[in-house]
Amino acid sequence: MTEALPRRRFLIGAATGTAAVTVAGAFAAPDLAAAQPQETAPETKSAPKPETTAAAAETPEYIPEPMQVLTATEAAFVAAAADAMIPADDLSPSGSECGVVTYIDRQLAGAYGAGARMYRAGPFHAAVPGAGNQSPLPPLEFFRAGIKAANDWTKATHGKPLDGLEPAKIAEALKTMEAGKAEFASIGSRPFFNALLTMVMEGFFADPMYGGNRNMASWRMIGYPGLPATYADKIDAFRGKRYDVEPQSIADFS
Amino acid sequence: MAKKLPEVDAVLVGMGWSGSIMARELSKAGLTVVALERGANRVPGEDFTLPGIRDELRFSVRQELMQDPSQETVTFRHGTDKQALPMRRFGSFLPGDGVGGMGTHWNAMTYRFLPSDHSLRSHLTQRYGKKSVPDDMLISDWGVTYDELEGHYDRFEKLCGLSGKAGNIKGKIHPGGNPFEGWRSAEYPNKPLKPSLAGTMFEAATKELGYNPFPAPAGNMSAPYVNPEGVRLGACQYCGHCERFGCEANAKSSPNTTLLPVLAKEPKVDIRDRCYASRLVYDKAGKKVTAVVYVDLRTGEEYEQPAGMVFLSAWVFGNTHMMLHSGIGQPYDPKTGKGVVGRNYCHQVQSQVGVFFEGKEMNPFMAAGSLGMVIDDFNGDNFDHSGMDFLGGGYIALNSTNARPILTRPVPPGTPRWGSEWKEATAKWYRSSASMNCQGSNYSSRGNYLDLDPTYKDILGRPLIRMTYNFTDNDRRMSAFLTEKGAGIAKAMGATHIAANARKGDFDVVPYQSSHNTGGTPMGTDPKTSVVNKYLQSWDAHNLFVLGASVFPQNAGYNPTGAVGALTYWAADAVVNKYLKNPGHLMKA
Ligand SMILES: Cc1cc2nc3c(=O)[nH]c(=O)nc-3n(C[C@H](O)[C@H](O)[C@H](O)COP(=O)(O)OP(=O)(O)OC[C@H]3O[C@@H](n4cnc5c(N)ncnc54)[C@H](O)[C@@H]3O)c2cc1C
Ligand code: SF4
Repeated sequence: MTEALPRRRFLIGAATGTAAVTVAGAFAAPDLAAAQPQETAPETKSAPKPETTAAAAETPEYIPEPMQVLTATEAAFVAAAADAMIPADDLSPSGSECGVVTYIDRQLAGAYGAGARMYRAGPFHAAVPGAGNQSPLPPLEFFRAGIKAANDWTKATHGKPLDGLEPAKIAEALKTMEAGKAEFASIGSRPFFNALLTMVMEGFFADPMYGGNRNMASWRMIGYPGLPATYADKIDAFRGKRYDVEPQSIADFS
Repeated sequence: MAKKLPEVDAVLVGMGWSGSIMARELSKAGLTVVALERGANRVPGEDFTLPGIRDELRFSVRQELMQDPSQETVTFRHGTDKQALPMRRFGSFLPGDGVGGMGTHWNAMTYRFLPSDHSLRSHLTQRYGKKSVPDDMLISDWGVTYDELEGHYDRFEKLCGLSGKAGNIKGKIHPGGNPFEGWRSAEYPNKPLKPSLAGTMFEAATKELGYNPFPAPAGNMSAPYVNPEGVRLGACQYCGHCERFGCEANAKSSPNTTLLPVLAKEPKVDIRDRCYASRLVYDKAGKKVTAVVYVDLRTGEEYEQPAGMVFLSAWVFGNTHMMLHSGIGQPYDPKTGKGVVGRNYCHQVQSQVGVFFEGKEMNPFMAAGSLGMVIDDFNGDNFDHSGMDFLGGGYIALNSTNARPILTRPVPPGTPRWGSEWKEATAKWYRSSASMNCQGSNYSSRGNYLDLDPTYKDILGRPLIRMTYNFTDNDRRMSAFLTEKGAGIAKAMGATHIAANARKGDFDVVPYQSSHNTGGTPMGTDPKTSVVNKYLQSWDAHNLFVLGASVFPQNAGYNPTGAVGALTYWAADAVVNKYLKNPGHLMKA
């Protein structure tokens, strides 16, 4: 529990139902000796390949990164939720292994977390259906309040913070929040869950330069080629045919 | 105290499509023009370049090119008995900001409205009788007819270099085009784009069902194009990063790619970016506007810019806001039905039909803003509404616009939103799915309108605009009908799964629907029911013209900008050839 486990162990962990606990542990104590991300072979970049890219085989070992704003408790919560939402399997490593916690931490630490591009003047009223979120809190504070409320709720119902639960219980707790049936003090469990799910998916699918989607794991999973996205000479040639290339991200062109 | 500047011939508020076209036409007539644009200047070669322009998070999710709600937003309520709340972020529609406006980051599906859409009330009452239009439906004729607008549609299409296939050239029906369209004087300037697999499947299925498929008219260049202004556009790369992004290939028609290179060289046109207009100075007795007051956002300093003519080109909310805040025209009151400013506010009643094809490789990321196949068989009044419980309709299209993975990764109905099962479905269906769009019309209703919010303010200290809006029963029935037709096409295409989601229930400001908002300053021939006349001239100030979709008396089953472009050329023609020769009201009230 004090060392980041190698990838194989995560996969085994997922199969035996202990992955989330392991990742939360990894978050508490990062192992800096872990391997660096591998480089992609340049000759595979543009040539379409006949076979599906094997997602798991090329994914480098997971290294937790330092957090900018999330506390250890908050990071462990986000990791547990991200790994339940995106469990490790043959299709991809887990959410936290893909850097989703890093992504969320950086987003919340920056302009987005501080409430940029959000109308924040009062007076305030509770949200009504159809009119959108009405919380005066900027996203960082909204998430902090939500994580606290969620952990308080699982402590009251299951005796532990979310990340302390067994994976099956984590999924069950998240489902209860998704349905809006978790009784949080002061904040709706459903709007919080939806905001969390949105951020987790952003982290999984956004360009890797934001800290998530490491090694373009999600793009490999679905077969999204990324950049440069210039298909004028390919749309005819690949009509009805698999376009299978090594994906490329913004960093590959920078 | 605002600092007073020397008078110019014309001031424009907003530099999107409508402002840019008008600025160009006024400059050709030799006038001095000042254009105020609250957002930044945007230069494609600097701002829209690889690799950064392919950043889905920045441009699509965080909406970097759009209006910043912390500066100004819209408040919303479902009815006059409800408390309006501010849209703290934009969702259902995404207002533009910056030189080029929404035209920098639109998809460029560029349609003409049907002739009957322009003369809607006369058309429907002639065909179905006076009682066919319910009392609370405020639809009306535009005042200008399709025949009068045809040449102006044509000019806009040539400016843009649209890729498409004509269906009706001077009354002769051409196979492969839209047989329902109004006559056009010429073929499209560019040939259609290359179709996607999903598009060819839609084409085959709709033909089999006896419908009339045609390629969506596209402001994405199928081949390089030089427009009548002498500006060159490149060829579309089918990059799938069109809507919400600027075009890296200079291949999307936008003010920035078609007009601004010319305007930038015009010594008499002065485009002042980051200058936020706050109000018009109105001489009520003289029935004219004398100046525009604005704040330079770089310094905070306030200026008064006197002008011989003023053009509002600040989009639907901006135009209506400026009229109300400046006290021009009588605000609309839904209780009495009196007043006009804020009247006829509409949106688009859109619905989607998701289609999934087991084992098919559809390469959904090879896509273009307007790449698609369309049928118009159920649009407007192209089908008989006798015995039906609604008016209106819309096109049904299979658009291959994008498959950017943060926001577009469809899974069949019933799939969980996360977890192992969700992952498996996402990996399985991402490349094997597509989506149909039912572009439903929205007919104006007595209860849907815009006014000034009594509580919330923008950064200039002005009241926000308040939107009172909901779908009507007519809208829901129309959507149910259209979506069912879409589902029928999906079946004929052999889809493994179909996700048909007709618009039901109440309007919601969160999920994106379209930025096809219309109305608020409707045009017409009667000042009791319209804000501007058929030349887009204010009834209350003869030197004030209002441009853009805010003048639509109702919305049709199409994307609006083809009609916005045509109307702007139409108004420019009236200004240059009528108004300048004899300034005053162009129509009798
Ligand atoms: C994502 C997206 C996709 C779209 N796709 C399509 C499509 O495929 N087909 C289609 O037909 N339409 C589409 N549209 C709609 C289309 O872009 C608009 O109809 C069109 O561009 C509107 O042009 P406009 O000149 O009327 O307004 P805008 O382009 O909105 O220009 C108004 C300008 O006024 C400025 N402004 C506002 N208030 C002030 C003020 N007080 N002072 C100074 N400046 C001000 C704004 O910053 C803005 O730049 C899309 C829109 C969006 C957002
Ligand atoms: S789809 Fe075509 S027109 Fe649109 S942004 Fe990409 S290259 Fe430009």
